[in-house]
This record gives sequence, structure tokens and C-alpha cells, in this order.
Amino acid sequence: MSFFLADQVAPYAWFPEGASSFAPQVDFLFTVILWICIVFFVPIVIAMGYFMWVYRERPGYRGSPEALHNTAIEITWTVVPTIVVVWVFWEGAMGYLDMARIPKGTVDVNVTAKKWQWAFKYENGGEHDVIPVENSSVKELPLLVLPVDRDIKMIMRSDDVLHSFYIPAFRAKRDVVPGRYNYMWFHTTKEGLYDLFCTEYCGDNHSQMNAKVKVVSQEEYKKALDKAIQEPEDPLARGQLLYKRQGCSTCHNAGAEGASGPGPSYNGSWGKPVQLESGAEVAFDENYVRESILNPQAKARKGYGKASPMNSYAGKLKDDQIDALITFIKSLENANSATKK
Amino acid sequence: MSVVDRPITAPVHSEVESYPEHHFLNHSSGFLSWALTLDHKRIGLMYLVGVMSSFALGGMFALMIRIHLWNFKDGWLSNQTYNQVFTLHGAIMVFLFIIPSVPAALGNFLLPVMLGTKDVAFPRLNLSSFYLWVTGLILFLTALSVTGLDTGWTFYTPYSIETQQGGAVLAATFGVFVLGFSSIFTGLNFIVTINTMRPPGMTWFRMPLFLWAIYATSIIQVLATPVLGITVLLLSAERLLGIGIFDPKLNGDPVTFQHFFWFYSHPAVYIMILPAMGIISELMSVHCHKGIFGYRMIAYSSIAIALFGFLVWGHHMFTSGMADVTTIVFSALTFTVSIPSAIKVFNWLGTMYQGTVSLNTPMLYALAFIFLFTIGGLTGLPLGALSTDMHFHDTYFVVAHFHYVMMGGTLVAFLGGVFHWWPKMTGRMFNDKLGIVSAIIVFVGFNLTFLPQFVLGSRGMPRRYATYLPEFQPLHQLSTIGSITLGSGLLLALIVLLMSLVNGKKAPRNPWGGATLEWMCSSPPPHDNFSSAPTVGDPYDFSNIEYDGRVGGYVKRP
Repeated sequence: MSFFLADQVAPYAWFPEGASSFAPQVDFLFTVILWICIVFFVPIVIAMGYFMWVYRERPGYRGSPEALHNTAIEITWTVVPTIVVVWVFWEGAMGYLDMARIPKGTVDVNVTAKKWQWAFKYENGGEHDVIPVENSSVKELPLLVLPVDRDIKMIMRSDDVLHSFYIPAFRAKRDVVPGRYNYMWFHTTKEGLYDLFCTEYCGDNHSQMNAKVKVVSQEEYKKALDKAIQEPEDPLARGQLLYKRQGCSTCHNAGAEGASGPGPSYNGSWGKPVQLESGAEVAFDENYVRESILNPQAKARKGYGKASPMNSYAGKLKDDQIDALITFIKSLENANSATKK
Repeated sequence: MSVVDRPITAPVHSEVESYPEHHFLNHSSGFLSWALTLDHKRIGLMYLVGVMSSFALGGMFALMIRIHLWNFKDGWLSNQTYNQVFTLHGAIMVFLFIIPSVPAALGNFLLPVMLGTKDVAFPRLNLSSFYLWVTGLILFLTALSVTGLDTGWTFYTPYSIETQQGGAVLAATFGVFVLGFSSIFTGLNFIVTINTMRPPGMTWFRMPLFLWAIYATSIIQVLATPVLGITVLLLSAERLLGIGIFDPKLNGDPVTFQHFFWFYSHPAVYIMILPAMGIISELMSVHCHKGIFGYRMIAYSSIAIALFGFLVWGHHMFTSGMADVTTIVFSALTFTVSIPSAIKVFNWLGTMYQGTVSLNTPMLYALAFIFLFTIGGLTGLPLGALSTDMHFHDTYFVVAHFHYVMMGGTLVAFLGGVFHWWPKMTGRMFNDKLGIVSAIIVFVGFNLTFLPQFVLGSRGMPRRYATYLPEFQPLHQLSTIGSITLGSGLLLALIVLLMSLVNGKKAPRNPWGGATLEWMCSSPPPHDNFSSAPTVGDPYDFSNIEYDGRVGGYVKRP
């Protein structure tokens, strides 16, 4: 079993590689606490083992039945831990204040969390790109590009329930609470690709609500920003991009891509009649798609209205973007709905 | 061991060690004699069966979770089912097992016997609390299993308001509400009993430490549980009537729910651990045959933990965006709880020093408790310190930490207590060798399950994930192997206990050499415990208690 652990533990010990200015403080405090734990725990276990052996019940031995009491030793083991925890508290609180006080002159990113997708908007209004991932239950994740060696501020809100924004490499975490903005900041120190997790339980696909953070040089960051506001001319390519960028793919299956639920698949839907909850039937056409994007509950498909209802995209998509999405869905007219389970 | 040649004088009668022909188990028979009993011992036993069954159920769900997590994706459960399973696991373990385990099961049986009284102050209230518990259990389990509740045991808003699982949240919270009343009734009953029914000579500082712990627990139950009741009522009102308290869409604030919820649920952590600490104090002194080290400090620290426990709920919300000052104050208060807990550990070790340590099943569980609880307590430090908590919050580090405290602490102490008082409760001795094997398997399995989770958490593995990054897979698999080991250890413990009912030796009055009052009445105790009020001495005076080979147990030398 030891080789098994050693292989896993050795490359990065307790922590993933640190990539923000918080990492040294957090790692230092944790290392000190770890040593404090060892200094308390090891003698406790040694004493326990020693007493178990030396004072074990055996023929011819009878220990003292008298209760002991020693004021000096009791004061010592009250005062020493108290001093230790006061220091730990102080160090933790000072580190926290550093995390809580947001400096001026930050690079701001707007973060929107919703079930089960992160959306990032840069200062120039551009939206995040996606990055393909291997070895995962999803094919691609949102990609947040950040410049290295800058103070970054996240302005975070939630469209639905509680989420939490967590980048282990930055040692930074903050809940995203509906009905208010929560802020967090960090100073990036190292280029690289890092994981971003949702750490507040938010329902069905909570564990797939991940993203990647790419910290790059200033020049590359500028390029990424420029790219972020571009959308392709071709309506089909644009629709396909929006399908991923706007998070449709987290619930709707299209071709061989996207999640297989909870939303209905786009495959082979176009032009066919749609059964509604009321029992009525409507045609799956331009008007139906447009209405379903802007007001999803108006004509929800039978079986899809109540479970995990879709949020409205009114105000989030421009008319020509909706047109592009319609073109994309139309292109799947003959796609086999059984492409994906 | 020396055989006493002077006549044995025990407080009740002379043929001390003969197995009593008439005792509370055969006092009356038939279903109704149990269903309508007012005897605290029978109510305690019914609770014991109830909480152990709940634990078995919750344990099944734990194993389902661990088996699902063997692979980083495409486990055998869907995301939705996984979410329902971890909700069931957490909710059953917290509300149906840990909270009632020690106080309602062992406390009910032992409290009056330790006080030398015939029953608790309000026997009918006691029975009604059991029926409330059963009602709450039925409501809760029905809601959880029929409607597929998937909110986690914390019911966090707005998810619990938005979630489209019909009335699941309403039914489950109503179940919690009823269970809360059961808890309040038990607490109230114990407070009154301890305050008014202590026998002559039993001053506060001559009370067994288990009773101090139960007393402190009861205070929390009576003061904190109503807040949970109010919270779930508000939650129901919000769902039914759409009043805006927690839902941001109605101008409510979801963080308010967290304040309400943890105002109860953090003290509830001490409802779970304090009685466990009480058990350990008894076990350490009895099985070391030695007075407890620093009795007063242990008694005071129970009360201190109960009081401080009310002031630290905010540490569940360090990342929620509370004001900085509030966050820092909660961090400071959190650390205050660590000191009385540390004092207890040192005192238990001090009790072993120069004692006579009997390494039997209950004692091994007690020693396992000290080991596991110390890890659980120490790993609370990086969670209480703010900057490190920003990294660890809501990761597997937290999962491992609270399992070390709740399972390594409360469950292991509960098992130790069950083994310790089993001969008293059933009149049968269990197979000690097999019991020791079960304690060792539980100890090894437990560490194998939860030590890897500390590493997972510090590397950033978030909790409540049905799928995860492939790099975490080896540690998850190690943890799953551990959980199966742990499960088999617990199963063995159950088998050892059940086997004793079939072929166990008849238990003597005092099999371990305890000095508290429950060891002075027969095993199992008669219907009304004591025929006359017993004389009360120092509960930790072991100087004249000696083993007598003729009776296979300990007797008191005059």
C-alpha cells in the first residue's frame, strides 16, 4: 500500500501548486499548524501506547486506584494550547484580511453562476471561450483567461441557487449568492492552466460545474480579450459557438455534443410537432425556438416543464444571435436523436 | 486476583451474584407491555434498537456512495441518484442516529440507574418522546425515499425552495420538526431528573461524569432545538405561502437561512460529541480501575463546551460573504471550543497513568476514540483559522474532519458504551476476544477511509461531487477499500452483540469493576432498579473494589 500512496502524494505533497499571492501565506500557516498537530498528536499517542503497555492488567500487578490531581500540570496544558491557538487565530485572521481587502486598480471579471455553468465576461464585454477536456464526464469546459502578475477582482452573482467559486491553486474561495454581488480578488503569480470548481452544492450536475483558468502573459491576455468579442460571420458556426458559450450544451444534446439532460435534445426536433404539457401540439419552427429561448416556460415540452426549468435568456441574446442559434438547431433537423444515450 | 475472605457485603442482598430471576426484561410480557411501557430501561432499549437500525440504514447509503466513487466518472449511480443517496446518508445519520444515539438510548437506560432512582422525572413524557421519534422517523424516511429529496441534510435555500421535488422538503422538514420535539422532551426530562432526583449524598461534584455530559447536552437540546423548529417552519411557510424570508426572488436572503440553521446545527454537534465524551470518562476510569484525573476540570469543560458551542455557528459560513469583523469574531470564538476539548483528552491520558489498564472491548473502543477524536480536533485548527479555511472550506478536508469527530468520536464512543453497558442491559456477557477484533478492524478501516480524504481535500477535491478529476481516483479507491473494511468491522461488532444473547454467559452484577450506582443493582436491573435508595459514595473510588473469581465479577470490599 505504501507505494500506492507514495506515487500519489510525492509529486505535490499536501497542496496543488500555488499560483496566487495567497498561496505562500496559506501554505505557510497550514505547514505550521501541521507541525503543531504533530507536536501534540505524537506525544499523546506515545503516552497512550506506553500507558497501555506498562500499566496493563496482568497477574501480580495492581496499579493505584487513587484519582490524581495536579494543578500545575493542568494549568500548563490549558495555557500552552491557549497560546498556540491565539497565534493560529491571529495569523489566520491577518491572512484573511488580506484576502478580504480588495486593492484598487484591479482587472475586473464578471462571473455569473447558474445551474450548472460558469459564465465569465471580460472588461471589454467579451465572453469566455471553451476548452476541450479529456478524461472527464464533459467534453469541454468554460475557459477563463487571466493576465499574470496582476490583481484580479471577480464580481460574482448567481442566477439561481448558491454556488461557490473555488480555484485550489489560488487558495481562494467565495460563495456566489443569488440576490447580491459577492466579490473576491487574488494576485496571479504563475502562468499555467488551473482548475476551477463549484464547491457549494447546487443540484443535479454540481460535480460537472467546473471551469479552467488559464493564466497567461499580458500580450496573450490582450489577444484573448480581442478574440472574446469576436463571433464568426457564418450563422451556423456562430450558432454552434453560442450553443456552447451560452451554456445550452449543459442541458441540451446537439449532434454528439452536450449533456443528455435535463433539457430535451435538439437532434431531429426541427419541423416536428411538439407535445406540450397542456396536451396541445405546436410546430417546432423559428417562432417556437425564439419563444423557448426568451420565455422557456410558455410552451414547455411535455415532461420538461417542471423538472429543472430553464432560465430565460431575454436580454442576454441579441436578435441576430438568436437567429444564429435557430440556424444551428435547424441544421440538426436530420440528426439522429439516438446519437447519444 | 485475591479472593476476599471476608463476607461479601453488597448494598442490596446477600446472594449478590446469582442471575436475577425477576428483572425488567421479564417483568411483564407481550407487545403491549413494551409499547405502553413507562420503564425508562425498556424505552432506552427500544431507542437502542431504533438508532442502531437507523445507523445500519445510513451506513448502507455510505457504502453506496463510496462504491459509486470508485471510478472518477460513470459510477453506478446517476448524478440525481447520487445526490439523493448522500442526502439520505447525511440526514439519517445526523437526525436519526447521532443526535438520539447516546442521550436517548444509553442516557435513558442509565440516567435513572446512575442516580439510584426508579425512573426519570416524567415517565410518560419519556414514552411520548419515543413515539414522537418514531413518528418523525416515519415522516422523514417516507419523505426522503418516496420523493427523492436531494437538498443535502442542510436544506440550504434557495435550492430547497426551488427544487422541484414536490412536497419532499415540506415533509422532510416536518419530520425534522417532530424529531426536534422528541429531542426537547428528552432533554427537559433529563434536566428535571438530575436537578430534583439525585439521591442523598450525591452532590453536583459527586455525580458520574456521564451525567454531567448528559446534563450539558440536555441544556443544548432544550435551548437550541426550538430554533431548528422555527427555521423549518419558516422554510415551510416560504414554500407554502411564498413569504420572502430566505428566497432572493421574494426579497429574502439565503444567508439568513444559514444563520438560522447553524444556530441550531452547530450546538447540535455538541449534542453529538458531549455525551460521547461522558462515555469515555466513564470507560477510562472503570477500565483503568482508577479515579478520573481532574474530575472538576472535566465537569467544567462539559459546561464550557455547551456554552461556547452556542457562539460559533458562523464558522460554517466563512466563505458566504459575511462582514469581515463578524467573520473574524466567529473565528476567535471557534478556537475557544478547542481548549476544553484538549483538556479532556489530557485528563483521560492522566487517568491511565499508574492505573491498571484492562484491555477489553469497551476499553479498546475508548482508546480508539482518543486517537480518532484527537485527529478530528486537531484538524479543526486549519478550518478555524480563516486564511487556511478559504482553501479547505467545502472540500473533502471538511468531510474527513467531521467524520473523525462524529464517527471516530461519537460512533466509536457509542460502541464502547454499548459494549460497556451491554451486560447490564441484557444480563449477558459478549465474546470479548471477538469484540476486540471488531474494535481493531473498525479502527483500521476508519483511518483507511478518512485519512486519504484529508489529502483529497487539501488538493482541492470539493465535497458532494458525483464525478471528479482522474488524478483523485487512487485516493478515492483507497478510501472505498477502507469503508468496506470499516463496514465489516461494524458488522462483526453487531454479530458479537447478537451472539451474546444466544450463547453469552450470564453477566455478574459488576463485570468491569465500576463504582457508579448502576453496577450495584443486578444485571439486568429489576423493574424498579433499587428496592431502597442506595448509599452514595465517590463515583470514582476504586480502592475497595476487587475481582472475585467465585462470581466472575467485581465486588465491593467493606
